[in-house]
Parts: sequence; C-alpha cells; structure tokens
Amino acid sequence: MSELQQRQIQLEVLRYNPETDTAPRYQTYSVPCLEEWVVLDALNYIKDHLDPTLSYRWSCHMAVCGSCGMMVNGEPKLACKAFIHEYKEGQIKVEPMANFPIERDLVTSVEDFITKLASVKPYLIPKEDKPVSAGEFKQTPAELKKFKQYTLCINCMLCYAACPQYALVPEFLGPAAISMAHRYNQDSRDGGRDQRQEVIASDEGVWECSFVGACSEVCPKHVDPAGALQQIKVASTIDWYKEHLMPWMKK
Amino acid sequence: MNSKPYVREVSKTTWFLSHPRYKRYMAREVTCIFIFAYTFLLIAALGALANGQEAFDAFVLGLGGPLGVLFNVVVLIATVYHSLSWFVVTPQAMPIQMGEEFVAGHIIVNAHYGAWAVVSLIILFWGM
Amino acid sequence: MEIIKADVAIVGAGGAGLRAAIALAEADPKLRIALISKVYPMRSHTCAAEGGAAGVIKSDDSLDLHFSDTVGGGDWLSDQDAVEYFINEAPKELTQLEHWGCPWSREADGSVAVRPFGGMKIKRTWYAADKSGFHILHTLFQTSLKYPSIQRFDEYYATDLLVEDGRCQGLTALEIRSGEMKQFQAGAVIIAAGGGGKMFPFTTNGNIKTGDGMALAYRAGTPLKDMEFVQYHPTGLPNNGILLTEGCRGEGGVLFNKDGRRYLQDYGMGPETPIGQPVLKTMELGPRDRLSQAFWGEQKKGNTVKTPWGDCVLLDMRHLGEKKIDERLPLVRDLCISYLGMDPVKEPIPIRPVVHYMMGGIHTDVQAATRLPGLFAAGECACVSINGANRLGSNSLTELLVFGRRAALSAIAHLQSNQVPSSDTALAAKAKESQNRIQALFDKSNGTESISGLRQEMMDTMEENVGIYRTGEGLAAACEKIAELRQRYANITLTDKTHVYNTDLMQALELGSMLDCAEAVTVGARDRKESRGAHQRLDFTARDDENLLKHSLAHYHPTEPPRIEYLDVVVTKSKPGVRDYSGAKK
Repeated sequence: MSELQQRQIQLEVLRYNPETDTAPRYQTYSVPCLEEWVVLDALNYIKDHLDPTLSYRWSCHMAVCGSCGMMVNGEPKLACKAFIHEYKEGQIKVEPMANFPIERDLVTSVEDFITKLASVKPYLIPKEDKPVSAGEFKQTPAELKKFKQYTLCINCMLCYAACPQYALVPEFLGPAAISMAHRYNQDSRDGGRDQRQEVIASDEGVWECSFVGACSEVCPKHVDPAGALQQIKVASTIDWYKEHLMPWMKK
Repeated sequence: MNSKPYVREVSKTTWFLSHPRYKRYMAREVTCIFIFAYTFLLIAALGALANGQEAFDAFVLGLGGPLGVLFNVVVLIATVYHSLSWFVVTPQAMPIQMGEEFVAGHIIVNAHYGAWAVVSLIILFWGM
Repeated sequence: MEIIKADVAIVGAGGAGLRAAIALAEADPKLRIALISKVYPMRSHTCAAEGGAAGVIKSDDSLDLHFSDTVGGGDWLSDQDAVEYFINEAPKELTQLEHWGCPWSREADGSVAVRPFGGMKIKRTWYAADKSGFHILHTLFQTSLKYPSIQRFDEYYATDLLVEDGRCQGLTALEIRSGEMKQFQAGAVIIAAGGGGKMFPFTTNGNIKTGDGMALAYRAGTPLKDMEFVQYHPTGLPNNGILLTEGCRGEGGVLFNKDGRRYLQDYGMGPETPIGQPVLKTMELGPRDRLSQAFWGEQKKGNTVKTPWGDCVLLDMRHLGEKKIDERLPLVRDLCISYLGMDPVKEPIPIRPVVHYMMGGIHTDVQAATRLPGLFAAGECACVSINGANRLGSNSLTELLVFGRRAALSAIAHLQSNQVPSSDTALAAKAKESQNRIQALFDKSNGTESISGLRQEMMDTMEENVGIYRTGEGLAAACEKIAELRQRYANITLTDKTHVYNTDLMQALELGSMLDCAEAVTVGARDRKESRGAHQRLDFTARDDENLLKHSLAHYHPTEPPRIEYLDVVVTKSKPGVRDYSGAKK
C-alpha cells in the first residue's frame, strides 16, 4: 500500500447568510486535501481550520444518513461520496442542492420533501389484519426482491436536485416520494395501493414526470426512481383501460 | 424570525442548456417533431392519391427530388434516434421478474432491437 | 420565549425516540407528543447499524440461551431482571417491526431469516442484508407519519431540562433554523438521543453522536451509569473508521495477522475452525471486547500489517464468493470499494478496532425510568443495564425498540399520577436561565480557546489513555486533562454570532456535552480497579467480583470532577462465571 498523496485544492463554496447577505456569493478556500478524501473531509477541514462560520449538514460519512447532499461541480452528490481523486482539476465548486431554497450556506430547506413524502402514505397498509402474537407475515425472497430496491432510498433528495420538472413545477411530488409509494405498492404484505393512487396518479404525481431520467442517474443508492415512476404510469394506464373499456373487469 | 430562504430562479426557456443530460433529454423529445412532420407528408400523399393517378405520380416524383430525399433522410435519422432512446429505457419502465431474479436490462433492450429487425424485414419483403 | 405544551416530549428521533413516539400515539391518540431532534429523523445514527437485531424466534433457540449469551457477554455486569424483560419482549418487537413493513431478509419458505453473530450460542440475529439499522429507522420513521398526534420538531437542539419541584417538566431547545429558544412544557420527558462516541477521534459514530442526551440528564442531576465501558468494534476500515458489520464474520469471514495466521486461536478463542465453517461462540464469532483485545495483543507482538493508516489485521471474505457477498453484505462491499479502493470479493481487507458503542449512559431502572421523576431514557444514551461490561452485537437495535416502548409506557403511567405542574412563572424562570447560558456565549468576545482546538485535545486524550487497554497512570493523566479542558471550555469564543443555522454554536454546545461525558468516562475508568468486559486495566488484570460486581454512577458537578457512587448489580439466576469462547474445543 502506497503512501497517501496530498494535493492543494481550491474549494469554491457558495455562501449565504440571511442575516448579513442579500444574495449568495462565492468564497474560495485553499485546502490541503489527501487524495483519498471526500469533499466532506475538505469542508470539515475548512470548518476546523479556516472558517468556523461555514454551515452544512453531515453525519454518517458513509453515504447512508443522507444529510450531506450538495452540488459538486454542478452535479448533485453526497459530499461524503464525492472523492477528491475524481476531480483532476485543482478547483472544485461546491453549492447547496439545486431546486431547494437556501437557508444558509450549503444548508437547504427540506420541508417540502418531507411534506410530500408524508402525503403518499409511505407505510404498510396491511392486506389482512394479523396480531403480533400470530407471528410474521410470510414473504418469499422473490416477493422481497420485487420491492427491495425501492426501500434503499436514503431521502438525500439528490433526485429532486437533478429533476428539471421539479425545478419548473414545484408542486410535483417528485422522484423519491413517489418511489416510496411504489415500494409499498409492490410489497406483498400491503393492500394500500388504492389509497395511494389518488395522490400519486394525479397531475402533480407521476403525470408530471416526463422521464428525463436524471433522478436515476444521480441516485447514490441505485434506487432508480425514474423506473418506479414509469411503472406506476404503466399500471395506472392499465387501470384506466380496465375501468373504461372493460368495466366488467373492475372488482 | 431570522430565516430568509433564498430561492434560485430557474430559467423557463434555457434550463436544459445547463447540463448534458438535459440536452440529451431535449434531443429525445425534439426528435418526435420530425415524426410529427412525417405524418403531414403521409396526409399529403393521401391527398395526392385522392386526386388521381397523375397527381400521385407527380407527388412520388417530387419525393425523389433532392428536397424529398433530404427530408426523408433527416426524418429517418431522427426517428431512429428517438426510438433507440426509448429502447434504452424500457428495462426501467417494464422490468420482468422471473423467479427471484429480474431479467437483465440488456436482454430486454436487445429483444427490442430484435423485434425491430424482424418487423423491418417483414415490411421490406412484403413491399417487394 | 415561545412555549410549546405537550404531554410527553421526546428528545431524539432515532430508533428509540421514534419507537417511543409510536407507542405513545398508539396507547392514546389524544396524547400530545413532541418529538424533538437536532436532525431530521432519518439522519439519526440508527441508520448506520448494519448487522441486525437479536430476538428468539427459531425453534432451535430459547429465551434462556439469549439470556445467558447476553449476561455472559456482558461479563456479568448486566442487571439480570432487565435482561429477562428484554429477551422476552425482543421477539414481539421485531415481529411488530415486520408488521410495519421492515424488509427483513427471508428464508426460502418466507419466514424471517436469522444469521450468526459474535458471542451468540445460536443464530438469532434478524437482518435486512447489511442495512438492518437503516431499514429499522426508515420503517419507524415512515410508520410514525401515520400518527397525527406525533408533532415533530426537526432540527431543534435541546439545551436544558426544566426541573422544578423535584420533577422533570419539560425542556428548552434551540430551533436551529432560526436560532430562537423554545420552551417545551411536558408532563414527562423521554431522552433517546444516542451515544457519544465522537469524544474519540477514531469511531464508527456519525458527527451527531456527541452525548447531548446523556449530558442533558447528567447536568440536571441524574447520574450516568457505567460510563467507563466503551466498546471497540473489531472491524473498522482503517482510514476513516467506517464499520464493517460483525455479519462479515457471521457469514464466515476470517481474521489473519501479517503471517497469515488465524491469531484469535492464540487468545483463548480457538482452536482454529475450518475456513467456510464458522462455529458459534468460537474464533471470529467471539465477542467484540475479546476480538479487539486480541488485536492489541497482535500489535504488541508486531504481528500486524503496516498500512498508511497504521497497524491493521486482515479480514478475509473471499471464500464467501461474489454472490453471497452481494446478497448478504452489499453495503460492506460498496464501502470497501468506495472508501478503501479494495474489493472484498478479490482481496482481504485491512481493518482495525474502532470505537463503536457506549455501554454506559443515563441510569435507568428496568422501567426505563431515571432517578428524576418525570424523566425517562432509552437507547444508547441510557443504561438499563442489559449490556453490562460488553454489549453483544445485535442486542442494541432490539434494545431501542424494547426500551423505547417501555419508556413510553412508563411516561404514560407517570402522567396518570396526575401531578400538578409547577407554576408557569417558575418554569419560565428556568427556561430563561437556559437562554441566558446560550446568550452568554454570544456576548463573550474575549475568549481565547478555539472549539475545534479543544475538541482535538479531548479526542487525543481519549485515544491515548482510554483505549482498549488502560493503565492507572494513563487514566489519571486523562482525568486531569479532561478537567483542564472543562475549565478552558469556559473560555471559548464563537466566531459566528449570527442565528440561522449557526453550526459554530452547535459545535460549541456539542463539545460541552462531550467534555461532560468524557469526564464521567475517565473518572469511572480510573476508579474501576479491575478488568471486566470492555474495561481492561493493565494494572488490575483480573475481574473483581467481590468488590466491583457493581455499577458505577457518576454524579455531575459544574466545576469539579464527578462523584462516583456504586450500585449493586441485580443477579437473579446467573452467578458470575468464566466467559468461554472456545466452543470448538468441546
């Protein structure tokens, strides 16, 4: 194993403090970075050694808590998974996540996403009632695999930062919230699809999506929200045909 | 309340220039205009047919001219691009689970290419 | 100051806090529940737990075995009445989570699958691949959205408990977004704010694990218990301390030293078991304290591998094969490739022990009640104690659920005792005191100490003197240093004097919490003159059941070191014995 390489990086950070600034501005910091570092390490270096006033969110440093989403050279990234060695230039631009209001520096407002997530009923609505004393619901590995991918969402909201539809139409429920509805719809234990359908198959739901696919490209957990949304569109379309052309098929 | 969130405006007209993936998306969307335009050509062909043999021959002759050929080539390229861009994303929209595993995406995409080739051949030979 | 009234206020919205909130909402929809956390619930560190949660469900297992594994694993410092309650509730809680949608991994017949874990006689760890904590947290968070009576206060930092007439009646908290102080008035308070591993520099813990909940209770006069017991997880990535779950070894991964020797056999955990055939409670499936101690032994013998990040041993998972690793340990593989550039499918991974978990915490009884009426605690911040001197892997996720719920039930019982709240003016005066304390940080401009500087000195001290093996000399030095840092802390300066998302202020308050907790750890460790579980003394190498089969209780003092009191361990059916992890011998 070789020795650790170090490189001086100019970190251009978008700063905004509502108490002292009327608009965001860039500030550049020169940071001695180890090649194995991530952008978050560089921010922590700034916080500890150069400028304690810089604000950003972070916790786990292992891409699972979803706190540190930001734009790194214009790309939505988790700062803890944006590796310095991938940025060959000596300069990295760091900005708060696109499409969200800036609260302060790299901290954006999360409330819109949380409200939307809650609106899709992202919890199990059991098909059948079963007391805990009766034991677990059976679910085969195949049934688990059917929705497993969609459970991996860490709510980092990078998909919203990448989604041009969300940028243009803020009412859009967005990739992560709708994917979470899909996760429960696909769960063999769940019987709540009809209850969720009203919200997710609406104009602000899947039909606002034009399948740009950016959400899936930036998702750090390979959830593929774009796929989930298209699958809901297909299923909703089938619903419509069944209802209007084959009314006898309706339950 | 000290909080005063700053909202960055997004241009309604030039947003797609900000990232290559948005340009790719626009290319996919824009190419459907050519398909749309081609339907007008078909309607014009029908109109010519309705006006008798002479009119239709003139129409077909016109198609063979440089402008007609150019238009067809451009539409063909756009249509192929448009179709292929959809082939690529079909595994996302229509995943197929067999047993526990999902069918690999490239198999679904290749199946589309296969189907496309078969349909093209049928049309070609049927036309001859 | 805005006053927010609730029946129960919960500080912390990770696994334990969310479980408590749901239990309250289910028990009585009319209860007003304030769920307060310094981060959004899904950012809580429960999300980083990987391996799984223990609960007896399979027919070859028994509650007695779970009991004896836990008590023996804890080196007999666990309270056995608490362990009894815990193991009984565990399967119900894990099944409840299944009913709420947790995507547990499954057997072919559709039943929940279990995997082996260290120190367990039988496979009993429920798992969701290697993202168990993540799925538990998100399942709880999403389920909590069902209940309108759970009112969340996300990104509020609790500063002080409101104690009046000998009862806890609420707390003050800073709304981080605005910098405004809020007064929460509540009939009962539950603290579920996690551990404080960040007092150490090399830890699996996230940035938020700064002991705030522990310090909150401690400063309010309720003692911290068994703080000297700090668990090192044997397998962390050497460069940044990222956790590689015990599941790696549960699934069959083995440990080598630089000579390719399965060195655990030299530390009483052998004889060597064949690769690919792990034997429970043997070799790599020994408990965490023993494995971490064995690493230290190898380091002393010069048997470790030198890496740019220091001494390591090797965790070899290659024989598991790509398919199994991808199915059972996908996160581990991703973490190794991403952060170390090494693929466990192809090469052994260098690892070293890393600070992971605090067995100690706010002293509670088996009902999750503290000594302060109206105050309850659950999760890593609490010490019931089921974990004793060394927690067994996969007991902590279950603990969040069992005692999160238990704290909720106890809080309800406390509300039903219908105690009259103290006068509004008295509570407001208390709240004002807390506000003044924060304001003083803003007003002071002549401080000479830097927050990050003090934090670094604290971490260096803890790393050097309060590690896997400790000495009386080192601990005395650490006590002195932490006491000095606490004094110097009075001299810090805020660089940032604005109010919106002032993370400079957050770091100052978190440092205060960590220093308070660190002092309880160091003083507790200095005074415990024996070796037990995760607390190993080179100058007192034996366990001393005669004098120290006792919990330590650290009592806070604002300027002096804590006073340590001792409390008998509850022993019901298991007398202290020998911890035997050489199952293969028999």
